[in-house]
Amino acid sequence: MIEKVIERVKELLEGGEIKGFVGLCNKNGHTAPYLFTEVAELDHLVVGDFQNPGDARYPLNKLLIDLYRAYPEEKFGVLVRGCDERGLNDLYVWNQLTPKNVVAVGIPCPQELADACGCPKPYPDNSVAEPIAEGAEAQDLIRMEALGVKERFTQWMEVFSKCIKCYGCRDICPMCFCKECSLELDELIPRGEMPPEIPIFHLVRAVHMAGRCIDCGLCNEACPVDIPLRTLYKKVGDIVYRKFNYRPGFDKGKSPLNVLENK
Amino acid sequence: MEFKTVLTVCPYCGCGCNFYLEVLDGKVIGTIPCKTSPVNEGKLCIKGWNVHEFIQDPDRLTMPLIRENGSFREAGWDEALDLVASKLKKIKEQHGPDSIGLFASAKITNEENYVIQKFARAVIGTNNVDHCARL
Ligand code: SF4
Ligand code: SF4
Ligand code: SF4
Repeated sequence: MIEKVIERVKELLEGGEIKGFVGLCNKNGHTAPYLFTEVAELDHLVVGDFQNPGDARYPLNKLLIDLYRAYPEEKFGVLVRGCDERGLNDLYVWNQLTPKNVVAVGIPCPQELADACGCPKPYPDNSVAEPIAEGAEAQDLIRMEALGVKERFTQWMEVFSKCIKCYGCRDICPMCFCKECSLELDELIPRGEMPPEIPIFHLVRAVHMAGRCIDCGLCNEACPVDIPLRTLYKKVGDIVYRKFNYRPGFDKGKSPLNVLENK
Repeated sequence: MEFKTVLTVCPYCGCGCNFYLEVLDGKVIGTIPCKTSPVNEGKLCIKGWNVHEFIQDPDRLTMPLIRENGSFREAGWDEALDLVASKLKKIKEQHGPDSIGLFASAKITNEENYVIQKFARAVIGTNNVDHCARL
């Protein structure tokens, strides 16, 4: 599959269609986010399977936004999995990127990863290869929902209380692009106070991810104390889907929560 | 256009977390924890996450400051080190070596920490040497 990705990126770079390719690179024995601008560098391209499938994924769309803000006229390629492509679609909805400036080069995920992610669509539409896995159910959410309200509440409060307020969940998130963040509003989350007030810290973020979280799981992986954030945001996404029939990244058109765009 | 990700070690504490600094056209614009690092496995604390901010903060000290008449003035390294040496000497003469204590650092190398304790014991003549976490 990696050969197919390299082949496609080579085509894009040589044809001058893109200025650079935001991907992953094997450097110093590590997997690094990287902007490829020369064909010769492509020997070092990897897809983020370090020891296990998808264990070295990075928020490449976030890097793409940084590049787009600095060079709004240029066109870039970007490595995407199913979730990243959903991210692109939703970033277009929120006017953080424009489709004419982006070429997605996609790869499908294996079943093992799809199951671990509880991923509804483990492959992008713009892909160098056919899907190799089917959508999987979110087992974590199913397990959580099977518990009674009291038990669920106790469990969540217990995990929230471990939070070290690193803001890693926000910082890694490819869908967190606000210039001003509510988690830094002194009235809501007093600065310098540790631990953060629970559950408000986590619920503020959860509510803000409604209609925006594309369920990539990067927040969960960045949390130093293993708070199952992804499960929480899956639930929030679920509610938005049921109430508004909208799933970020799946459904084209305006988000029902994108009030800025309401005429 | 030049965009680089530079693998480096967090300058904040002794854990030694690894991360990438995102550098766009010579300006550091972001920090991303290294997921393949066995030290921090893609996680950071709030200080690590904000390295790109504080290394470029205008308040960051870039040269020695000497306090004179209640305010600071910028000085060169030679002048600052001479001043520290002469003051330490005077304190040692007047009050004895045990009136001085040294704090080492978790952010420097083993060898540098060795030199600090050697300086405390062999040059100043005190066992008052401790870790920065004791501050
Ligand atoms: S959520 Fe997981 S399985 Fe789904 S596309 Fe992303 S990495 Fe692949
Ligand atoms: S799963 Fe986490 S990191 Fe990914 S989009 Fe949702 S909130 Fe952001
Ligand atoms: S990543 Fe985890 S510990 Fe850090 S702020 Fe988010 S929930 Fe808290």
